Amino acid sequence: MAGSDPRPFNVLGKPLRRVDALGKVTGDTRFADDFAMPGMLYLKLSRSTVPHARIAAIDVSRALAVDGVRAVLTGKDFPVPFGILPVSQDEHALCLDKVRFVGDPVAAVVATEELIAEEAAALIGVTYEPLTTIASPEEALRVPEPRIHDYGDGGNVHKAVAFDFGDVPAALASAHLVVEDWFFYQGNTHLALEQHAALAYLGTDERLTIVSSTQTPHYVHRAAAKVLGVPASRIRVIAPPQGGGFGGKTDPFNHEIVAAKAAMITGRPVKIALTREEVFYCHRGRHPVLMHMRTGVDRAGHIVGHSIETLLDGGAYGSYGVASTFYTGALETVTYRIDRYRFRGCRTFTNKPPCGPKRGHGTPQPRFGLEVHIDKICEKLGLDPAQWRIDNALAEGSLTANWLKVRTIGLVPCVEAVVAASGWKERFRKLGRGRGLGIAASSYLCGAGLPIYWNEMPHSGVQLLLDRSGSVTAFCGAAEVGQGSDNVLAALVAEVLGIDILDVKVVTGDTALGPVDLGSYSSRVTLMMGNAAVEAAQRARDRLADAAGLGIPLERIAFGGSRVFDASDPEKGISFAEAVQRAEAKGGTVGTIGSYRPPKAPGHYKGAGVGPSPSYSYSAAVIEVAVEESTGIVRVEKVWIAHDIGRAINPVLVRGQVEGSVYMALGEALMEEQAFRRLPPRLSGALVHQTPSMLEYKSLATLDMPAVETILIENPEPNGPFGAKEVGQGPLLPVPPALANAVYDAVRVRVDEVPITPEKVLAALRSSSARFGPSKFPAVSWPEALIVPPPWEGGDGNAINEPKRRERPERRRAEVAKP
Amino acid sequence: MDLVPLTTPSREKLRLAFTVNGEPRDLVVESYKTLLEVLREDLGLTGTKHGCELGECGACAVILDGELVLSCLVAAVECPGRSATTVEGLRQGPELHPLQQCFADHGAAQCGYCTPGMLVAAKWLLDRNPRATRGEIAEALSGQICRCTGYLQIFDAVEAAGRTLRGEPAPAPLLPSVHRGSTNGR
Repeated sequence: MAGSDPRPFNVLGKPLRRVDALGKVTGDTRFADDFAMPGMLYLKLSRSTVPHARIAAIDVSRALAVDGVRAVLTGKDFPVPFGILPVSQDEHALCLDKVRFVGDPVAAVVATEELIAEEAAALIGVTYEPLTTIASPEEALRVPEPRIHDYGDGGNVHKAVAFDFGDVPAALASAHLVVEDWFFYQGNTHLALEQHAALAYLGTDERLTIVSSTQTPHYVHRAAAKVLGVPASRIRVIAPPQGGGFGGKTDPFNHEIVAAKAAMITGRPVKIALTREEVFYCHRGRHPVLMHMRTGVDRAGHIVGHSIETLLDGGAYGSYGVASTFYTGALETVTYRIDRYRFRGCRTFTNKPPCGPKRGHGTPQPRFGLEVHIDKICEKLGLDPAQWRIDNALAEGSLTANWLKVRTIGLVPCVEAVVAASGWKERFRKLGRGRGLGIAASSYLCGAGLPIYWNEMPHSGVQLLLDRSGSVTAFCGAAEVGQGSDNVLAALVAEVLGIDILDVKVVTGDTALGPVDLGSYSSRVTLMMGNAAVEAAQRARDRLADAAGLGIPLERIAFGGSRVFDASDPEKGISFAEAVQRAEAKGGTVGTIGSYRPPKAPGHYKGAGVGPSPSYSYSAAVIEVAVEESTGIVRVEKVWIAHDIGRAINPVLVRGQVEGSVYMALGEALMEEQAFRRLPPRLSGALVHQTPSMLEYKSLATLDMPAVETILIENPEPNGPFGAKEVGQGPLLPVPPALANAVYDAVRVRVDEVPITPEKVLAALRSSSARFGPSKFPAVSWPEALIVPPPWEGGDGNAINEPKRRERPERRRAEVAKP
Repeated sequence: MDLVPLTTPSREKLRLAFTVNGEPRDLVVESYKTLLEVLREDLGLTGTKHGCELGECGACAVILDGELVLSCLVAAVECPGRSATTVEGLRQGPELHPLQQCFADHGAAQCGYCTPGMLVAAKWLLDRNPRATRGEIAEALSGQICRCTGYLQIFDAVEAAGRTLRGEPAPAPLLPSVHRGSTNGR
């Protein structure tokens, strides 16, 4: 285990105030829109008013004539496309020849005042040649022309994938029971409180500098270099602390690139802050997913075969969508033993803001389906659903049917903890009409096993500078979204070096001031940055121990209380600052580096790159609800949640991540919807966002939040820093299905889609099937399935019907790197 | 669809003499501006945040003449002669306000973006009712959206600050219970 240490911890596990708390409670923390520069110009984007059209002409003359306007830009200024994934470089900073959703940016105005820019942007005239609007995935499958993009898997299908990990139809044919279900998970958005903002300027260091509210400064750096034609070495991206992200700030965005170009053209600093309505158009949120599941079990309930088909509404651009598609199938196997597994996933383009990664990225939807599906299977078999999860939990160290290596698993203790805390055994199915308990469990990644663009370099790097004063500066490219990654960095360095956490100064989120960290997404930062930090700190420790001159064997040298001392005789030692001075005198300036790259994954088939992680976290939740049958209103009485954290670095912050996940999940489960409607014909009939405002996009407010009891399972993970796993995303996952299962316990109806609104509960109560939800899955022309035998059926991690990829690294590299 | 050009707001200047965090300020601003814009852009007090500028999120809350207001909905022309308190006014010299101490200790600030508005709204509540119950705290903060915390640690922090203000010992942050175990080793 990295950073294993027999001594009690100085910092880890302690409820310390986070290192960046002071700025947050005084208002001194500067977010992107809090930066201003002398001579700064303001940028506004003119956005499409139609969902799908060719751009016939753009008239910018009236805008240019406005006093104070310094520049107007259009798609012609941005001929080079970009996108987060190498396989879907399908965005232009301003639309080049067509618009793909209401809100797609078409032109940009730079002016001396924000108000002038806004007025002038409204004067830009665009002549559109309308194209058929594709409003839903079903329409996208039915209407191949016009194509929203001229790439993808045919028509308006962006990506379609098919895998057979063993012969599922044969497994179902011999199963004791086969259950078939359809589920729908509505899209929703991050709604981070901070609106995206960017400030770009030509720095005195001859660098084009972009200050932006981004979770992924490294990817913005790459995209800006590509689109703007500026050498990456002359671009600096600064990600100040963000006012929340949740995945909504992980793509490189058009407004960042336009601001940078405008700064290059005008030679002045250029600032843009999006309105809340524009943030709804940026989106990249949860994909709406339709699911079809078929599962066969034996008499004991063990899963002999599981099949899932998913249909994703991708919106107008690729974003992370190819990865999202794989993620709707990849993690089905990491919780329970599944003998054979069949997955089909299809993402379509539609004329709506692009979907992408939101907390849980592609996995909350199938997790909702699977956990409700299991509840139904248990009901049919007369099994207790909590006990089923214990009996069928994957064993530690398993290799799954789809070749994921799972190491430590805290699933069973999670289930046992919420069962005990909630009084499950005494109360499930016994609360009486109108009141119910539901359970669900889940798993999530601690970072993706592969980088977004193919390379052999570390996923995270940390550099330490030890000062003679005893202060240590830690440099890392990681972005502080609000989750506490700066605190993780400081805590780990302080723990290894035995110093006060406030003696570690962190410098993060700046591509010019720290080694690359790929970004704050995939729950990767604690594990990956953390391992890099521990490695760098251990190297610093080695140098200090070597130079300390205590005249004792190295293994007896201990670090603690800001001292370096003899573990056998703690009085004998020197201060940490003195140790740094001795090391500096002996070997020169004391700086060390550490880096981290995940272990190689065992799967080798095409598509095996999505799903592997150095570690998986586990969660379980029990939810108690009261359902009012006359109105369909669901009131959440209490949530018990347990999370397998490996090791809690700071229990206050961990509790905040768990409760924040529960909160966000309840919003998705009960009310949040990124939904669309058509305007009436007299108003153009355009497909528009139904509620692009915080008032109408319903989310939980203070009075809606139930009591939450949080339990942590500590089972240190050998691949994690001091055993730590992620906590930012995993605890969201069990909540929506636990809620749906609780509604069933209360009123014996199934609402097989989220959000579970009062209307749907009422409809289910009035339905003869006692159910509300989809009941069919459209015909999709799936590609030929890759046939990958599971490990226990003699497989080697390759598909038997494609060339062995393990033996052809050059092909693999060429594919991943293809723009 | 034809776009209707915005009507140009008045470019008349406004002389705005008012009190901010106890200090007299006297400045000339664009008369169309909101109090939020004056605070952030003309006075450089960027502690007050914006999340919607439509009065929906609560991030821009300030206290104006003793009333809790959303500064994005207050026109600068309403402000001459009045007295505003922003998050920057909570701290007395280097000393943090008990609310600030407790928000820091109880994990009530995650990203910190809603925090200034939360703090100001909580101060407004505790100034009136230092014995506010958890229910009263939730009610008073019901106009403040937080997307990070799930609110519970914010309630804890306001309760703890109330205790401090009443001269009672502040409780330690509430921690999750920790169990040890693995799936195989149960």
